[in-house]
Amino acid sequence: MSREEEIRQELFDHTLNGHAPEVKALTEEGLKLGMDPMDILFKALIPSLEEVGRRFEKGDFFVPEMLIAARAMQGALVILRPLIAETGAKPIGKVVIGTVKGDIHDIGKNLVIIMLEGAGFEVVDLGVNCPPEKFVEAVRTNEPHIVGFSAFLTTTMPMFKVNIQALEKAGLRDKVAVMVGGAPVTEEYAKLAGADHYSPDASIATRMAKQIVGAAQAAENAALTQAVELIDKTLRKG
Amino acid sequence: METVLRSRSKEVVISIDRPFVMIGERINPTGRKVLAAEMKAGVMDRVRADAIAQVEAGAQMLDVNAGVPSIDEPALLVATIKAVSEVTAVPLCIDSSVIEALEAALAVYEGKALVNSVTAEGERMDRILPLVKKYGAAVIGMSNDETGITMVPQERVEIAMRIIERARYYGIPQEDIVIDPIAMTVAADPQAGLITLETMRLIKEQLGNNMTCGASNVSFGLPERHVLNAAFFPVAMHAGLTCAITNPLVPEVRKAVLASDLLLGHDEYAMQWISNFRAEQKKKAAVTSGAPEAVKPA
Repeated sequence: MSREEEIRQELFDHTLNGHAPEVKALTEEGLKLGMDPMDILFKALIPSLEEVGRRFEKGDFFVPEMLIAARAMQGALVILRPLIAETGAKPIGKVVIGTVKGDIHDIGKNLVIIMLEGAGFEVVDLGVNCPPEKFVEAVRTNEPHIVGFSAFLTTTMPMFKVNIQALEKAGLRDKVAVMVGGAPVTEEYAKLAGADHYSPDASIATRMAKQIVGAAQAAENAALTQAVELIDKTLRKG
Repeated sequence: METVLRSRSKEVVISIDRPFVMIGERINPTGRKVLAAEMKAGVMDRVRADAIAQVEAGAQMLDVNAGVPSIDEPALLVATIKAVSEVTAVPLCIDSSVIEALEAALAVYEGKALVNSVTAEGERMDRILPLVKKYGAAVIGMSNDETGITMVPQERVEIAMRIIERARYYGIPQEDIVIDPIAMTVAADPQAGLITLETMRLIKEQLGNNMTCGASNVSFGLPERHVLNAAFFPVAMHAGLTCAITNPLVPEVRKAVLASDLLLGHDEYAMQWISNFRAEQKKKAAVTSGAPEAVKPA
C-alpha cells in the first residue's frame, strides 16, 4: 500500500472515530505529499462520514459519536476549503436552514447542519425563531438548492405552510426544494403543509439532500443535452 | 414554598420538604404513532389504560398532552382530560403549546391544574398568565425566552425571575410558579447536565420556587437511557428538583425517585421504600404462581 492509500484509510478510520488531531495531521501530511484536496475530501472524509450516518441510522452509533466525527472532519475542512475554492470547485449543493418563527429548539437543526457540511454542502444557517420574510430573503439572495424548516412544537409546525406560502408569494417556490423536520413532524404532516421532503433525522436528511441535488443536476444536464440536440438539429436543418 | 394542586377529590402538595412528585408523561402522542392515531380517531382506551398504569406505578399527577398534528387540539385535549378523569382522581398537568387548547382545558377542569407551560417570551406570558389567574391554576415557567436557551446558569435564573415578576403583576403568587430550569441532552453537550444542576442550585438559593423538568431529555441520543435518567434524579433532587414529568412505568426511574426520597430524608421509616418492595414481591409471586409449573431438572 502506498503512503497515500494509507493516509486515505487512516483518515477514514480516524474520522469515523472522531479523532480530530489525527485527522488534521493526516490532512496536512497528505497535502504535503501532493495529494489533491478533492481526493482527500471525496475519497476519505466524505465516505467516512457517510459510514457514520449509516451506523447512526442503524442504531449502532449514537449522537455524540456523530458529533465528534463531524467535528473531526470540520477540522480538516478548515484546511481544505480554501484550497478547493482556489481550484474553482463548487460545493455539492447549497442549503438555507433555520428553525421556524416561535421555535427556539435547535439541537436537531444543528445536527443536520453538521452532517450536511460534512457531506460537502454549503449551509447558510439562519439560526432560531426565523420569520417567513427571513427565509424568503435568504432564498432570494443565496439561491440555494434546498431550504430547510425545523420545528419542535406542534404549535410552530403550521409555520411550514406559512413559509411555503411566503415563498410562493415571492415567486421563489419552484426555485427551491423545501425540506422539513423536527420531533413532532410526520411524513403525512409534511405533505399536508406542502413540503417537498421530510426526514426523521440528520443522517437521512443528508442522504436526501444529496438525492435532491443529484436530481437537480440530472435535470440540468438533461435540459442541457436537450438544448444541445435542439441546436444540432437546427444547424443540420439550416 | 408549597405549590398545591387539586383535582375534584385529591390534593397534591409539591415542596422541598416533602416526597418528590412524579408527573406521569405517557399521555402524549408526540413520537407515539399508535396513540396518536387512536386519539385522532377519538378512541381513548389507551389513554385510560396509560392513566391507570401510571398512577398505580406511583405518579401523583398526570401530564395530559393532545398535540396530534392538524387536529382540533382544544377539543381533543378536553376529550382526553375527560377520559383520564373518568379513571383516575389525581390532579392534572395540562400540556399544550396552543393557547386556545390551554384555555378550553382550564375551562372544563375541576380543581387546580398545573399549566405546562409558559416561557419568558413577552407575548406568551401576556396571553397565558391571565388564563392561569382566571382559572386559579399554577403554571410551569420555562427559563428561556425568544432569544433561545442560555447556557449560563445565572442567566436562566434571571429569566425565571422575569416570569415570576410578570406573574405577580397578573396576581399569581410566587408559589404557583413551578420553574423548569431546562434539562438538555448530554449527548450534544457534555456540560449540559451540570449547567442544569447548577441552575437548580441557584434557583433553590435565590428564589426558593418548586422546580420541575423534562428529566428524560438528559439522555436523548444515547444508549441505556433509563439508567441515565435514573442517575439524574438523586443529583437533581439534591440540587432542588421537587417534581418531574417522567415515566413512572420505568422501574429504574421509579426506584431512583423512591431511593432518593429516602436518602434525602423524605421517607419516614422507609415506609414507601418498603411498601414498594412488598408490592413488587407480591407481583412476582402472582406471576410465578400463575405460570405453568417449570420442568425441574432431574
